[in-house]
Amino acid sequence: MSTTTATVTLADLTRMLRESAGEEEGIDLDGDVIDTPFMELGYDSLALLQVIGQIQREYGIEIPDDAVVDAETPGALLALINSGRATAA
Amino acid sequence: MTTAVVTGLGITAPNGLGTEDYWKATLAGESGLGPVTRFDAGQYPSRIAGEVSDYVAEDHIPSRLMPQTDHMTRLALTAADWALADAGIDTTDMPEYGIGVVTAASGGAVEFGQRELQNLWSKGKEYVSAYQSFAWFYAVNTGQISIRHKLRGPSGVLLTEQAGGIDSLGHARRHIRKGFPAVISGGIDAAICPWGWVPQIASGLMSTVNDPARAYLPFSEEAGGYVPGEGGAILLVEDAESARTRGAATVYGEIAGYAATLDPAPGTGRPPGLRRAAENALADAGITAGDIDVVFADAAGVPDLDRAEAQTLTALFGAHGVPVTAPKTMTGRLLAGGAALDVATALLALRDGVVPPTANVGAADPGHTIDLVTEAREANLRHALVLARGHGGFNAALVVRR
Repeated sequence: MSTTTATVTLADLTRMLRESAGEEEGIDLDGDVIDTPFMELGYDSLALLQVIGQIQREYGIEIPDDAVVDAETPGALLALINSGRATAA
Repeated sequence: MTTAVVTGLGITAPNGLGTEDYWKATLAGESGLGPVTRFDAGQYPSRIAGEVSDYVAEDHIPSRLMPQTDHMTRLALTAADWALADAGIDTTDMPEYGIGVVTAASGGAVEFGQRELQNLWSKGKEYVSAYQSFAWFYAVNTGQISIRHKLRGPSGVLLTEQAGGIDSLGHARRHIRKGFPAVISGGIDAAICPWGWVPQIASGLMSTVNDPARAYLPFSEEAGGYVPGEGGAILLVEDAESARTRGAATVYGEIAGYAATLDPAPGTGRPPGLRRAAENALADAGITAGDIDVVFADAAGVPDLDRAEAQTLTALFGAHGVPVTAPKTMTGRLLAGGAALDVATALLALRDGVVPPTANVGAADPGHTIDLVTEAREANLRHALVLARGHGGFNAALVVRR
């Protein structure tokens, strides 16, 4: 199992959120959302599961299942992905 | 006894999107049947369907719901929105646990389900949508309508194939009688994809005539099976007193009588249950056959089934005793949506005093001894009987009263 050097940016994440799970009316994902909880952005755990699936496919990495529960904000999810804890699939 | 009335309609049909478009097309005899376009049906013996055209999901469904909904559920959410708007009901004014959702379904969201299963087999589990967990499920229309409008009243889903649209309304009436002010009911189905197609071909009841004008000819000498369609109707069923109190703008009619029966097992020699369903629905409405002004037939389009229905109608009403119509000739049979659309159509017929036509069938097989309406016919209508049969022996009958 090797670590990955892929870097996912907030812009990448918001694009994939839109593609995978859509965008809640009245929410601006292009605003300052890095520390806003996913729940407040209108995304439940299934939406996160869906976007994590897309990240895994696009970047060829494997993200631990508990990320859905542990990463409560975009910042936390990006930190987890970019910290090297995600492994090359 | 509490009276259950219909105060809102939402229709998505192959020959019309929205109640008034559908009704106008239906009265004009305009059919929505045509070659299948939702998938390549070239390799199958049946290639005609009633597809809902001109429906742009993005115009009706918020982007958060797009990835998690099948075409079927999008149509259902749209029809439910329209039914509530038509009723002029503000769900936030109602008690939180007051409004239920009871819809009919058949196989669930098979197009979504097929796509995700294909992803699983051909690419691997990483490619399966997380929303497959519920989006395919046959209770999904009820669930999504309930979530969208924050309705926490008694809810459920009924699966009795083509009879489901009536059974859902019968069940909605039970909830009204228990004291709930309103129930969103009816059915919307959409299974025009290989997974939805193949089991219907296997039933042997589907038409293999590939001319849209000749494929589905119930009660005709040329009847040779049915054409499937997609869509249906969502109806807001309301307690009459509650509707009056809130000042409901329109009361289309009362759900006056309902009954369901199951056919005996094949080979027992006992008669099918359609007649008993109709008789029980009349009795439930407190009327006799002579009070019925029009019948919306199940109209299977399969010779044996047509004969059985025509015999039932003749036994109940006498030869040529009541106008009989099958506007589903313009939409195809809509699985769980069909009987719900027939009930909505019957209510519109009562409203406007006109029997919509049976399209494409020039005249009934003389052996059937029924008064089949093939041109729109004006009449003073007070009671309509809607009949439906679901594959597997389900029969349902509903009486609506103006």
